[in-house]
Amino acid sequence: MASPVASVRDWFHERFPLDDLIALAQKKKVPVHRYSYWYFLGGMTLFLFGVQVLTGGLLLMYYRPGADEAFESVQFIMTQVQFGWLVRSVHSWSANLLVFMAFAHLFSVLFLRSYRKPRELTWVSGILLLFLMLGFGFSGYLLPWNTLSYFATKVGTEIPAQIPIIGRPVMLFLRGGEDITGSTLTRLYGFHVAILPAVATLLIGVHLALIQWFGMSVPPGIEERWQAHPAEKKEIRFFPNFVLRELMAWYVALGLLGALAALFPWGLGVKADPFASAPAGIKPEWYFLSMFQTLKLIPAKILGLDGEMLGILAFGVIGAAALLLPFLDQEKPFNTRRWIPGLACVFLGYMAAMTVYGWVAK
Amino acid sequence: MNDVRDLVTCRRRTGLVWAALLVCSGLMAFAQTKNSCLDCHSNLPEPLGVSVETYSQNIHAQKGLTCAACHGGNADSDDPEKAMSRATGWKGKIERKQIPELCASCHADAERMKKYNPGLRVDQFQQYKTSVHGIKWAKGDSKVAVCTDCHGVHDLRAPSDPRSNVHPTNIATTCSRCHADAEYMKPYGIKTDQFANYQQSVHHDAMMVRGDLSAPTCTTCHGNHGATPPGVANVTNVCSNCHVFQAQLFETSPHKDAFAAMGFPGCVTCHSNHAIKHPTDEMVGTGPKAVCTKCHTEGDAGFMQADAMHNQLADLASANAASEELLGRVERQGMEVGQAKLQAAQARDALLKARVTVHAFRDSELKRDTDAGLAVARQTHVAGEKALEEWRFRRVGLGLSLVMIAFTLVGLGLYIRNLEQK
Repeated sequence: MASPVASVRDWFHERFPLDDLIALAQKKKVPVHRYSYWYFLGGMTLFLFGVQVLTGGLLLMYYRPGADEAFESVQFIMTQVQFGWLVRSVHSWSANLLVFMAFAHLFSVLFLRSYRKPRELTWVSGILLLFLMLGFGFSGYLLPWNTLSYFATKVGTEIPAQIPIIGRPVMLFLRGGEDITGSTLTRLYGFHVAILPAVATLLIGVHLALIQWFGMSVPPGIEERWQAHPAEKKEIRFFPNFVLRELMAWYVALGLLGALAALFPWGLGVKADPFASAPAGIKPEWYFLSMFQTLKLIPAKILGLDGEMLGILAFGVIGAAALLLPFLDQEKPFNTRRWIPGLACVFLGYMAAMTVYGWVAK
Repeated sequence: MNDVRDLVTCRRRTGLVWAALLVCSGLMAFAQTKNSCLDCHSNLPEPLGVSVETYSQNIHAQKGLTCAACHGGNADSDDPEKAMSRATGWKGKIERKQIPELCASCHADAERMKKYNPGLRVDQFQQYKTSVHGIKWAKGDSKVAVCTDCHGVHDLRAPSDPRSNVHPTNIATTCSRCHADAEYMKPYGIKTDQFANYQQSVHHDAMMVRGDLSAPTCTTCHGNHGATPPGVANVTNVCSNCHVFQAQLFETSPHKDAFAAMGFPGCVTCHSNHAIKHPTDEMVGTGPKAVCTKCHTEGDAGFMQADAMHNQLADLASANAASEELLGRVERQGMEVGQAKLQAAQARDALLKARVTVHAFRDSELKRDTDAGLAVARQTHVAGEKALEEWRFRRVGLGLSLVMIAFTLVGLGLYIRNLEQK
């Protein structure tokens, strides 16, 4: 007679294909070469997203959206709720590390040319996820309703207003009116906790399914060598070997998050006062700083056209180019394949320089 | 088609008529303000010269008055003989003793002044006659200030103009031109250190450093057109115009009658007059900087009360400083103490209130305020200590967590190595 545990397991296996899933995970191999450590970045990004979901869910239990309550409720979380300070601090630090990790993952994929056929859609879903992460950052920034977040959102929502024709409607849509008010707060709250998570979950599902389906990409040079010398090819099992290594990386990230949250708790600042003047030298979060600084440096008029508008259009073109990168990577007619790494290096250097410049500029 | 052409022609003609009217009205306005005196006097040297620029900034010129309004004559005429004809009322140079009455001929005329500024007072001359300046002027003293000494003559500007001699920021300097001149003031036998003292005062700081135009200057306490030194009995009334609560408490204090009996001038007895320094808690008590010991001596009831009041203020001030230092420290360490800081502001307010209550000169009354402040300060200190304790707990918690994570990492590493060695 079968043991009760075996009976339950059998009952479950008859109704859920767990063995098939484990077999699929074990079947998958992860290539081992000198660039293998870049494979961990995607998993780290996923881990940080998980931390965001978990801590965000806990914050939702106490957070109250509304111009009269938001600041006070965050203050309550940080001072009265058991470990509320830790949850809020981890949420804020993790958000920043998540964006950083997403960018690092993007550039690693770009420089290793992992986006090439048949992984074009994996890249596109990844870029869309990066845009979503930036959207999370923007919409979440206003939620504590402090002076800095209020005026940063005011500046941030003024920028799309420069786009011809659709600019003003976009601004009104984001703000829920002419000014930043409680309506803006509830609107961005809705984006932050409902709309963006729903879309992100769907896209992450697609992204992970595609990775699982096509496996890890091997850099072109190494792939050619392995094809010429199959004996040199090295692989480890995805489960448990790679997953355990990834788990180690997640633990390191967890320790880092805990240390940042405990040693540098995320401040709350002063409650937003719509009638106060904007604090001097107000700046957005670091991941928007390069764009912000670029817009500050662009001349007011370029060939008779509004400089800021041209800057925003340029960002749009760069975003579209990033989204369509796998389709632009071609040998003919312009051999763009040769230019892309160089252009990406210049772009990365420019972003880093502008971020530092924006950070130190007054 | 012809109708359309006629319409266009008609509109063009209407436009030309409007343009002509505009030019004519400009010429008429110019004709109304014609001031032939300047044709010559703008080219003459001092004291007869008045530049066009100086005169254009004169409030009277801006209101459309010409030189003839004060000097008489005919400013419309280009012929000097006619313009400066005694027969047509030309007065030439106005004597100093005539100035107050000349100015009053318009400024005391309510009907006339309404046309220019209905809100402007017309009692300046009446007030002037009650002032020390006006009384001496009536007795024939030509050295005392008349209207033009303060307001200026040909460059006379509205008091709201920051360049005016009587703008709040310039009044003290204007008064000091005479009152800080020892030689000029010698015949009157009064001190000339008022301006130097005022420059050391908290009032001067408020006006000139903080730019608070409502801060006191000479005329706030002495009056302007009716300028006179406030008498000993009136000093409190003058100060109470701004320091309302302090004056009310002083009125109920034992010092009120005592000062009156001894002929002491109220507020000035402790705070001085022109050199009013920022008051400190050391002014109350029995220490070297205390003003109480000017009258009270060791052993008397007032001496003991002064000592008790100083201790109450010092206790609250030091409790506030300690809790604020602690809150500042834990805030710099990253702790959220926004609510405790709000409480600390309440304790600061209590100290501020206590410093006003001092003017009742009763330690029991002061104790009520300082005790209330001390209770709040204690609460904020406890909040600060709790935050510090929490900060230490977080450090310990972080250390333990990192040790556990490190153990897990080592364990995972060993497990992976073991797994791959099989």
